[in-house]
Amino acid sequence: MNDKPEKLIDKKGLRLDGRKADELRPVKLEVGVIPNADGSAYIEHGKNKILAAVYGPREVHPKHLALQDRTVMRCRYHMAPFSVQERKSPAPSRREIEISKVIRESLEPAVFMEYYPRTMVNVFVEVLQADGGTRCASITAAALALADSGIPMKDLVVACAAGKVEDTVVLDLMDTEDKLGAADVPVALMPNLNAVTLLQMDGTLTHEEFEKAVNMAIEGCKQIYVMQKEALKKKYVNVTEGIKEEAEE
Amino acid sequence: MPIFLEKRQLVTPGDLIAEGEYVAGENTFVEKSKIYAARVGIVEYENKRVDVVALKAFYVPRPGDIVIGTITEVGFNGWTVDINSPYIALLRASDVLSRPFKPQKDDLPQVLDAGDLVVAKIVSYDRTHDPQLTVAEPGLGKITRGQIIKITPTKIPRVIGKKGSMISMIKQETGCNIILGLNGVVLITGKTLEDEQLAMRALLKIEQESHTSGLTDRVTQMLKEEKSNKEENKNE
Amino acid sequence: MASIVTRVKKKQISELMDKKKRMDDRDLTDYREMKIEQGIIERAEGSARVLLGKTEVVVGIKIEMGEPFPDTPNDGVLTVNAELTPIASPKFEAGPPDEMSIELARIVDRGIRESKTINTEKLVIEPGKKVFVVFVDIYVLNHDGNLIDAAAFAAMSALLNTKMANYEIKDGEVQIKPGYEQLPIRKHPITITIAKIGDKLVVDPSLEEEEVMDARISMAIDDDENICAIQKGGSGYFEPDEIFEAAKIVKAKAKEIRKKMNW
Repeated sequence: MNDKPEKLIDKKGLRLDGRKADELRPVKLEVGVIPNADGSAYIEHGKNKILAAVYGPREVHPKHLALQDRTVMRCRYHMAPFSVQERKSPAPSRREIEISKVIRESLEPAVFMEYYPRTMVNVFVEVLQADGGTRCASITAAALALADSGIPMKDLVVACAAGKVEDTVVLDLMDTEDKLGAADVPVALMPNLNAVTLLQMDGTLTHEEFEKAVNMAIEGCKQIYVMQKEALKKKYVNVTEGIKEEAEE
Repeated sequence: MPIFLEKRQLVTPGDLIAEGEYVAGENTFVEKSKIYAARVGIVEYENKRVDVVALKAFYVPRPGDIVIGTITEVGFNGWTVDINSPYIALLRASDVLSRPFKPQKDDLPQVLDAGDLVVAKIVSYDRTHDPQLTVAEPGLGKITRGQIIKITPTKIPRVIGKKGSMISMIKQETGCNIILGLNGVVLITGKTLEDEQLAMRALLKIEQESHTSGLTDRVTQMLKEEKSNKEENKNE
Repeated sequence: MASIVTRVKKKQISELMDKKKRMDDRDLTDYREMKIEQGIIERAEGSARVLLGKTEVVVGIKIEMGEPFPDTPNDGVLTVNAELTPIASPKFEAGPPDEMSIELARIVDRGIRESKTINTEKLVIEPGKKVFVVFVDIYVLNHDGNLIDAAAFAAMSALLNTKMANYEIKDGEVQIKPGYEQLPIRKHPITITIAKIGDKLVVDPSLEEEEVMDARISMAIDDDENICAIQKGGSGYFEPDEIFEAAKIVKAKAKEIRKKMNW
């Protein structure tokens, strides 16, 4: 089960899961899945299964954290103990704390923070199953949850990673590729403003490879962005379709 | 100068709606003279003004609005009121008693206690302090009976309808008195529980289908059907 | 009060920048004066103190024996921790590490780990059972901006200063012998942070500049000019061109510094 594969890319240029270098894993999105939350979304990206929920804007608790001129956003990225191969302790790890910070910093630029001073928006992300690229999938879902909550936004935020596996720059690394590959570059984007709100990298890349990876990740983001918009609209379109069907009966 | 979308088209935040001579209206924002949507909603334009009628939004207090709220805490010289908004509202004792508040004589929980409902008006609100309420006008005050439902505040205009057509129709068909809080909280008082529940269903239907056309007719039809079903059940 | 001052300051700072200058008279790509001292803590196996402008960071290295990670039985262990001590700033409070100190530690860690700075294979005592664990502890003593670069330079300098005790294995027991060995170092990553203020990119942001910046990007470059780690921080954004521009600045700057440091 834990045998390391011999090659990550075969002679035909296909990866372990049969994808080409610039191919995305399948993505499924659904909006409005948690009735109690002000906004919510669910994403399946490859084998990743992630839930995002937004509570707010509401009064700030504790009061001393409130900002007089803007909303405070808090973000919590958390992995369920059963989300990974070896059970993970439910206590927040240093990795989860760092990821919570970068996710928050990827979403804040998209929200009109100055509109609602002295309020707080809480973004919660729970990773139910992980397979590489969880922070990107989390951002994609969290942005949908924010839009679903009705808070005004400049754009959606969408995220996707690229990286290097053996000597090839590839799009959307899955877990094995992330662990055994040469580099991982997660990117979050607000497509309308062409604004990169998350950028990290670990591994080894030449400057040219880095540029190629970033551009590839941005292309991947744009593909997922189309799906995000559809998922948001779908919630309301279904109602319209339902009415048309009723009328035809 | 271009407008990129048809009327009544569904938009998401960041969608480009218009460019150039148009004026940015509700739930939109401008970047480099282009108008974008800021919320999920339906595009509407009137003359040169572009609006997005949001499908979901929370209530931000506006002075003059009539709202329905729940008392959450009895304080030292007043009450804190939940008005279904990110901002908690305050109601001063002196406002309710219509005279200065006397701490030794006046027992505030007797007047209004946590859990009570009030119809109130927003007196003041700005970015630096929480909204202040008043009940010192006719038609305002403590609510003693009826059903409360919450719908997203942006749908209230749809519930009212053109020149009040929708809300009058509902009141007529159900025989209920309906007070619409602009904060999305609605009070329904009818002769029977069934009448009140019928009105609630009508309002929920409007909330669900507010972005579609022919809604007034469908709601009217639904109410008439439910009423005739009730008659049939009675006669059995 | 804070935001009013920030707006006025932001205007001041960007007006200066339009003339390609900064509040302390630096060019946009200049570092503040940096002083590095090694071996300042004798009890530690290695140590260094960096003064970058008024930012002060001390890094102490401790080496202990421990177990390797199960998936890397033939490698020693590196662990990096950072403390934003309350001494360093009115904004820092005592307590368990918060997101800022965790992020700082992990950024410095990535620079060292991904560039394979330490030859961890040489830290194995008994494969799969006993290895040397290198503890890199970052102590921020004064915060005047750009803790990341200061900490990274201090960590690298401290590692270069680190000595490990000689040992031999007798009857399955590790015995310390007299004498020392330098910690086996393969690479010398350099981490450079660039802040975006308006449409300008500035190297080594001071605390004031950090307070008005839109966002920052830190990149670690190794001896072969490969990029090993990147972290964007802050609640703003970069356009793709700005990212590539920053990468060019970092490449040139790293070359300059590497020469000066003789790394």
